[in-house]
Amino acid sequence: MSSVEIDRQWTTRLRKRVEGKLPPEKVLPDTQPSYVSSWIYVFGVATLTSFTLVLLTGCALALRGPQWWHESNYGHFVNSLHLWSVEIFFFSMVIHLWGKYFMAAWRGGRQLTWMTGGITFLVSIAAGFTGYVSQSNFDSQWISTQAKDGINATGAGAYFNVLNLGQMLMWHIVLLPLVAVLLTTVHVVMVRIKGVVPPFADDTEVA
Amino acid sequence: MSKKFRSDVDVVEWTGRQRPYDILKEGALALLILTILTLTLAIIYGSPDERSITIKKWSNAAPVDFAMTAVSELNGTSTTGSYGPPYNHASTGQAIGPVNLVNTVGVRIPINTANDFVIKPLSALPYQADLHQGLLNWKNATEQTRAIWVTNYSDASSKMTFTDGQIVVPTATAGPVPVMINDLTAMARSGALDESLISNNSFYTTDFTKTLLFISDGSYLATTADKQHLSGSQWGMMNETGSYPGQAWLWMYSFWYQIPPFNTSGNADALVWALMMFLSLLMIFVPFIPGLRSIPRKTRVYRLIWRDHYKS
Repeated sequence: MSSVEIDRQWTTRLRKRVEGKLPPEKVLPDTQPSYVSSWIYVFGVATLTSFTLVLLTGCALALRGPQWWHESNYGHFVNSLHLWSVEIFFFSMVIHLWGKYFMAAWRGGRQLTWMTGGITFLVSIAAGFTGYVSQSNFDSQWISTQAKDGINATGAGAYFNVLNLGQMLMWHIVLLPLVAVLLTTVHVVMVRIKGVVPPFADDTEVA
Repeated sequence: MSKKFRSDVDVVEWTGRQRPYDILKEGALALLILTILTLTLAIIYGSPDERSITIKKWSNAAPVDFAMTAVSELNGTSTTGSYGPPYNHASTGQAIGPVNLVNTVGVRIPINTANDFVIKPLSALPYQADLHQGLLNWKNATEQTRAIWVTNYSDASSKMTFTDGQIVVPTATAGPVPVMINDLTAMARSGALDESLISNNSFYTTDFTKTLLFISDGSYLATTADKQHLSGSQWGMMNETGSYPGQAWLWMYSFWYQIPPFNTSGNADALVWALMMFLSLLMIFVPFIPGLRSIPRKTRVYRLIWRDHYKS
C-alpha cells in the first residue's frame, strides 16, 4: 500500500486533522494567557465539575431504581445530593453564561463555542424539568399537570407527554444527559482549540 | 486590502505573557470543593419528598369534590373533558393569530372522560345489580337522554352531601347517574379507581396520564398546591414544596404569566412559549445580532471581569 493511499484513508485524515487542531499542549495546557485571571473563570470550571457530580449522583440513584429513594433514608440522602448538585450546576452555569456574555466570548471565531454553550443551557433546563416530573411525588404531580398546558399549546405535548412517567424518566436519564454530555464535550473541545477569548484590546480601539 | 476590524466580532490574538496553569489540579480541587459543598447542603437541608396524592386519598379527604368532578367528567365539562387536542376535539386549543399548532397536530392521546374516567372503571367492578342495570340504561340511552340525566343531577348537585359513606343528591330525574357517581366514589375511596385508571388492561405500566388528568380536574390538588405556595400566581411550577430553591432558572418563564397581556389571555401558554422560544433563539444567535452583541462592549462590564488585566 502506497503512502499516498494511506494518506487518503478516512482514519489517517481524521487523525491528522485532530492532531493539527488539538495538539496535546492544547488538550492539557500547562500555561494560560496572563489575562485568564478573574473569579469569572471559576464558574466555567464549577459548571463542568458540578455537571460531573449531577451525573454521578444520578447514576447512584439509578442503581436501585426510581422508587428506592422514597423508601430509604440512604436513598433520600442520595436524592438530596442529586438535588443540590443540580442547584449548584445551574447557579454556576447561569453566572458562567452571563460572564461570557459580558466578555463577548464569541469574538475571534468563537461563535460556535457560544452557541453550543447556549444550547447546552437549554438542554439542561429540559433535563432538569424532566427530573422534576420524574420524582413520583407531589411535586412531580403538580409540576407535570401545570406544565402540560404550556407544552400542549406548542403542539409538542402530543409527542412529549409530561404526564407519562416512563417517557419522562427515559428522557431524563438517557436522552437528555446523552445530548448534554455530547454538547458539553463539543463545547469544551472548542474552548481548548480556540483558547479563552482575549479582553477587548483597549479603550481607544473598542470605542 | 485587509478586512475592517470589528470590535464585537474580532479579537487581537494574545501574544503577551503566559502564566503557569495546572488544569488537572484545578479540576481536582474544584471537584473536591464542590463535593464538600454538595455534601454539606444535602446534610443540612436534605430534599423535599411530599407524598403524591392518590384518587383514594382525594376521595376520602374530599368526597364531594371528587363526586362533583366525576359528574363533570361524565358530561364533558371538566378541564380535560373540554380541553381539545391532544386529548379530544372539545375545543380548538390555543393559537397565536392564525397559527394553531395544537389543532395541526391533532388528537394524539385520545381521552373520552365519560368513558375512560367513569363508565369503563365502573364496568370493571364485580357484579352489583343496581350498577349493572344503571350502566345498561346509560348504554342504551340516547345522547340527549344522557344529557338530561346529567343536567338534572348537576342542577341538584349544589345540595350534594356525603352521608354515611354515600353521595346523596336530592333528585329523582337523573336516571342511573346517582348510582354511577355513588359507586364510582366508593370505588375511588377503596383505591380501586387508582388501579383501574393506571393499569389500563396491562400489568406493567409507567403511564399516569389518565390518573393525573382526573386528579387535576378536581380542586383538591390545586388547594393542596396553593397551601404549598405552588399556584400559578405564586410563580407556580418553578417552585417546589418546602423552602427549597426549586427550578429558579425558570424564573423568566414564570414571570411572563404574572403580567399582562399573558395573565389575562386565553392563549397565554402559546404566547409565553412563543416568546421564550424567540428569546432562546436571540440568546443562541447573539454573536450575529448587531446591537445585542455590542452591549458587552458598551456597558464595559468586561473591565470589572478583567480588572487585573486592565490594571496591569
